[in-house]
Amino acid sequence: MPWRRRQPPVAERFAPVVDVSQLPVMEFDGVIVGGGGAGLRAGLQLARSGLKTAVLSKVFPTRSHTVSAQGGITCAIASEDPDDDWRWHMYDTVKGSDYIGDQDAIEYMCSVGPEAVYELEHMGLPFTRTESGRIYQRPFGGQSKNFGKGGQASRTCAAEDRTGHALLHTLYQNNLRAGTVFLNEWFAVDLVVNQDGAVAGVVALNIETGEVVFVKSKATVLATGGAGRIYATTTNAMTNTGDGVGMALRAGLPVQDIEMWQFHPTGIHRAGVLVTEGCRGEGGYLVNKDGERFMERYAPNAKDLASRDVVARSMVQEIMEGRGAGENADHVLLKLDHLGAETIHKRLPGIVELAKTFAHVDPVRELIPVVPTCHYMMGGVPTNVHGQALTQGAGSGDRVVEGLYAIGEAACVSVHGANRLGGNSLLDLVVFGRAAGLHIEETMRQGVAFRAASETDLERAGARLVRWDHSVGGESVAKLKEELQRLMLVNFNVFRSGERMRASIHQLAELRERIGQAHLADKSRVFNTARLEALELDNLLEVAEATAIVAEARTESRGAHARDDYTERDDENWLCHSLFFPGERRVAKRAVNFAPKTVDTFAPTARSY
Amino acid sequence: MRISLYRYDPDADAAPRMENLELDIPGVGDLMVLDLLERLKAIDPSIAYRRSCREGVCGSDGVNMNGRNGLACTTPVSEVARRGKLTLRPLPGLPVIRDLVVDMTQFYRQYEKIKPFLQNEDPPPARERLQTPEDREKLNGLYECILCACCSTSCPSFWWNPEKFVGPAGLLQAYRFLADSRDTATEERLAELEDPFSVFRCRGIMNCVSACPKGLNPTRAIGKIRTMLVERGI
Repeated sequence: MPWRRRQPPVAERFAPVVDVSQLPVMEFDGVIVGGGGAGLRAGLQLARSGLKTAVLSKVFPTRSHTVSAQGGITCAIASEDPDDDWRWHMYDTVKGSDYIGDQDAIEYMCSVGPEAVYELEHMGLPFTRTESGRIYQRPFGGQSKNFGKGGQASRTCAAEDRTGHALLHTLYQNNLRAGTVFLNEWFAVDLVVNQDGAVAGVVALNIETGEVVFVKSKATVLATGGAGRIYATTTNAMTNTGDGVGMALRAGLPVQDIEMWQFHPTGIHRAGVLVTEGCRGEGGYLVNKDGERFMERYAPNAKDLASRDVVARSMVQEIMEGRGAGENADHVLLKLDHLGAETIHKRLPGIVELAKTFAHVDPVRELIPVVPTCHYMMGGVPTNVHGQALTQGAGSGDRVVEGLYAIGEAACVSVHGANRLGGNSLLDLVVFGRAAGLHIEETMRQGVAFRAASETDLERAGARLVRWDHSVGGESVAKLKEELQRLMLVNFNVFRSGERMRASIHQLAELRERIGQAHLADKSRVFNTARLEALELDNLLEVAEATAIVAEARTESRGAHARDDYTERDDENWLCHSLFFPGERRVAKRAVNFAPKTVDTFAPTARSY
Repeated sequence: MRISLYRYDPDADAAPRMENLELDIPGVGDLMVLDLLERLKAIDPSIAYRRSCREGVCGSDGVNMNGRNGLACTTPVSEVARRGKLTLRPLPGLPVIRDLVVDMTQFYRQYEKIKPFLQNEDPPPARERLQTPEDREKLNGLYECILCACCSTSCPSFWWNPEKFVGPAGLLQAYRFLADSRDTATEERLAELEDPFSVFRCRGIMNCVSACPKGLNPTRAIGKIRTMLVERGI
């Protein structure tokens, strides 16, 4: 026994605490679930307009995963290049998406981006500066001038290599100023959906007290971030468990492009911790065990600044062909030592810290061991450019889900398509956080009432809480989670095969059975993190299963989705979004928008870097 | 590895207790204190602590490890354990909610008190406000704070007067805005800080400096605020 204790465990001492028919009620005009960059930007918009706004977050907002974003926020503010043009940024983004990003949404993001970035600066974000006092911009992957014809662009606005931290804290600070109500360390259990299919709010759990409340709202915004924790190694925080996507799926709503998972080329080997693409932007490059700069072979023009899917595949190929570094030949190396101590310390101070802590190397002198690591969920709850959640109506056309919005990584608006460009996630957060806020503001001005919710609606939203609190035996959450994460890591990685995916779908169906009977050993009331992890496991399962089923169904290779049995892009059949409907576990197709308002359509062509 | 873990559940325990645990770890290796906690929690899910990014930037997992405050996720077990023993307690000086989870209300209140946001009532330009690289440089060592509370909860002055002394974390941020060339509220900010407690309770003990997991120096920032206050008085 590796384990001794003096007292019996605290388990099983408390009766279930929830009676969903007797829930206390809180009322807000807008409730934003999630206190990361998108949630805080939306919250700010609403609070400033005088609406009664609450941001409900399972962690204190500055602990959200936006804080870990490093390299910057990509936007054509024309600081490094006075001729830079948002249309060039749009072109790069469309190409990066492998042509399944919606062009109206990308147009909106790239064109209003500068305004949104200047707003952040005016709020106090401490951007790094150029000699002329403007915001510093660095080169990032997949960036070009003049629609791919003018060479590498420098378009990513940075605060050293701590841009996400600077952005998140700035937004939190301005929300304090605006008087946003914060429900910090509250966990949203499920959406309350009424008989008309409209969202009336959420059932939420106050983590500190264990109290369960119906948080009623005229507009509910899912800003819950990604779900990288479906994988055993990921750059994502431990809290990135896909809570919003899980809630949407349990409410019977579809998710879009959920098979598209970005593997970031430079996660620190073993630890999974992110090393920014900004390293390569500043002149660093990848080498294999022979010291060869292999990206020159795979992407002769952009080299190490090809887009992430391309670099990640090249790295895996190097490793598979026996040119990986280290004892097990299972990673490659990121070389920065030629940049000189001054540049490294000035531009990448956070990386020096992380490399020393998690790889035990000093990048000024040594190479950093890196491997492609799960980083970003391109898919999510489908929305229009106002952040309104969409489902499909009877005639398979888009239908707005009344009362529900989704923004940021939890949403799929879709500006990233099959592959996100570096620096576009922070832009996505602020642009669409703001857009959703503006739309809610306008809707409220026109007058919206609270939507009725019956006892049954509330019971449904509280059901899984009751389920876990009544569990009396079964497997542990930790064990099941580990199994799920391993399964996803092995079978839904950079390269995927039909056979393995099909086997995984069966295993996931089994896992669903087992998780449905798993045991919450600790049923205590106060700050019960075991209960949280159980509730999060439900969400991980929803995301993982949707991922598996759609990945198997998309019989082509596009962007981050690369199959060894369907190695080519298939525009004839798959130049479209995937939609996953949870009830019947059905995969459907949805048209991509090719109709930007002010520029010509970027037609799909072969993608090379 | 022997671990002595602070346990307290207000619904079950009349008083906090130390739980003695033993964990077999073949060669502690690269293990961080957070990894250790995760392993313990896999066995006993009732152990409560906060964690999120696991890379030292979110500031969730400030704890007291063998008497030293720090982040569990970036502190190697090998660095803090003494003769195979590690005592884990919540950050000192704040009320305990459960196990290693402390009530941070007082800490956040002091942060809010210094008005931690840029104030500049001049209408902003159509583009960004300009700032020279030299002026921007002045924010380094200040803006990186992650609000983990390792500093303030190692500060005897904060233990003594947590409602009146802003504490090192809050004061570091106060100076972050005083030092920002774009902020125009210097006078108002200083006026708010000139009472005998807000800043002047700092006795220069410098526990904050050794506790900060980000290598920041609140004592220096406090010194700069004092200088500004003194110069203002002349």
